[in-house]
Amino acid sequence: MTAPLLNVDALSVHFATADGELCAVDGVSFAISKGETLGIVGESGSGKSQTVLALLGLLSANGRASGRAVFNGRDLLDLPIRDLNQVRGKEVSMIFQDPMTSLNPYLSIATQMTEVLALHQRLGRSAARAQALQMLAAVGIAAPERRIDQYPHEFSGGMRQRVMIAMALLCDPHLLIADEPTTALDVTVQAQTVGLMRELQTQRDTAIILITHDLGVVAGLCDRIAVMYAGRIVETGPVDAMFSDPQHPYTRGLLTSVPRLDEITGERLATIPGNPPAITQRPRGCAYRDRCAYAFAACAEHPPPLQTVINGRAKACHLEVLP
Amino acid sequence: MTTPLLQVNDLRVSFCVSTGSGLGYATRNLKAVDGISFDLHVGETLGVVGESGCGKSTLARAVLNLVPAGSGRVMWLGQAVSGLTEAAMRPLRKQMQIIFQDPLASLDPRMTAEQIIAEPLKALAPEIDATQRRRRVADVMARVGLQADQVHRYPHEFSGGQCQRIGIARALVLNPKLIVCDEPVSALDVSIQAQIINLLQDLQRDLDLALIFIAHDLNVVRHISQRVMVMYLGRAVEIAPRDAIYAQPRHPYTRALIDAVPLPDPQRERSRSHTPLTGEVPSPLDPPSGCAFRNRCPIAAARCATETPVLRMLGGGVQVACHFVE
Repeated sequence: MTAPLLNVDALSVHFATADGELCAVDGVSFAISKGETLGIVGESGSGKSQTVLALLGLLSANGRASGRAVFNGRDLLDLPIRDLNQVRGKEVSMIFQDPMTSLNPYLSIATQMTEVLALHQRLGRSAARAQALQMLAAVGIAAPERRIDQYPHEFSGGMRQRVMIAMALLCDPHLLIADEPTTALDVTVQAQTVGLMRELQTQRDTAIILITHDLGVVAGLCDRIAVMYAGRIVETGPVDAMFSDPQHPYTRGLLTSVPRLDEITGERLATIPGNPPAITQRPRGCAYRDRCAYAFAACAEHPPPLQTVINGRAKACHLEVLP
Repeated sequence: MTTPLLQVNDLRVSFCVSTGSGLGYATRNLKAVDGISFDLHVGETLGVVGESGCGKSTLARAVLNLVPAGSGRVMWLGQAVSGLTEAAMRPLRKQMQIIFQDPLASLDPRMTAEQIIAEPLKALAPEIDATQRRRRVADVMARVGLQADQVHRYPHEFSGGQCQRIGIARALVLNPKLIVCDEPVSALDVSIQAQIINLLQDLQRDLDLALIFIAHDLNVVRHISQRVMVMYLGRAVEIAPRDAIYAQPRHPYTRALIDAVPLPDPQRERSRSHTPLTGEVPSPLDPPSGCAFRNRCPIAAARCATETPVLRMLGGGVQVACHFVE
């Protein structure tokens, strides 16, 4: 087997706050290979965004990352900023949830798109513009020659997200990180965006880390998923197996608590009781135990480590088998 | 047949918006709700779905007379609501309440949970004394699953799901007959969403509440509604019983919406052939002539540009606004 494109090992993220040091991400490990799509699923505050922000050195000033994240043979967490700048936007790029706030409203699309090409590929203005035009056409923007000189406010939400995707793909990255890319979009536009990402991935063989809370989007796009809860990965595995046979009580709870178009109507939704714990009040031992129907003595004592169940699947649960 | 709780007839709401600036300054009319009619019966849930900007929230506010209707009529148990003064509305307000999307933003941060929930009683039922009021608040708090010892806490001390429970308690405290729910679960996490949906369904069954449930999530709307209305640019394109609309969507827009929903099932999702709609919802300032959906519609013809389709009854309680649906 070839070495994975990105290998994250025991990544932790801490924030220094007035309430003391808070742990947002607590020893997360995962790997992603070329051309693979990994979905990271979790509720707000589970640490999924901070995990990927830490990879790119984008934590806020009071944040500190530890652990290792080896990408193409280099540890991203240990790179000096100059080298990291060579990686960001070129080998790894990122798209964000809200396409309006992540584009600069004062600059035309042309300026924003050619900037990255001038920086990373040292292209001249006309060559950069030509490449930007090509990319806009590739993401399905009609009349790119006219649109490229417009400003972000002249684009609709879905079109802005296409521009973001085009910008992220300009340098043909090995890894694309998409943080809730469809959450702010309407359902028909979401379907277009998901279709576009799937198409681009088959054409370019880009690895994608997709962060979302929408299990439907995960089902349609991902090869593998990792479920996060309270800063840790609680279960990971191939998407089919995870959906058909979840092994962690939280994964099962998530899957059964969403209403679905193919469910039998009239049935009550299964619920997970309680709320996710606040970052300052995580219980000792397994963070999920207060909400878990199967918790027993061991769960209060020490947090379960992420252990392989069968090939390619791992879970962090003291239960051997989920009843 | 009994009088419907609520009858809405050809309701229209428009807003004056300014466009341009300086010498190019102009005002234009934005038709947010453009001729909507429906009935709602006691204890019934009507789901309203549509993409952003389709006018679903404006419809909710107009039904409650929170924005003035331009024309058309809203009848509450046979009595006209539109055009009533605020004073004349007051007795009716006890019977119709609303809960909002953002649970934290819709609660006053400087009031305790008890004060928030008691406020409708103070405003609309001043005859109730303080002791009874406190008892009533304690009752509804228990009903929505809040702890009695949380009465003196402030909104920021609650989680999003709990804040939404406070919002629901505030709406329930007057024993209304109708609650309009404007995207009540879309700001909540998945595991909390299910709790709130179940709570709303329990309340509805136990208290015989009618709900107008506005959402963009078609899964949630299917789960909770008896009838569903699909809106596009201020108009209803289809109204039908829940099972009919999901099993056999008639309007091309309804079909596209349902087709666009991803299923949380990897094998079925891979084998599905999505044919997503092209383009996006046009600006409501500049809707296409005739049928507003025609520039995205796979079956549009010349007639659609000139003639606006009206909502027709197809039998089985299905109403569709399309020239080509039989």
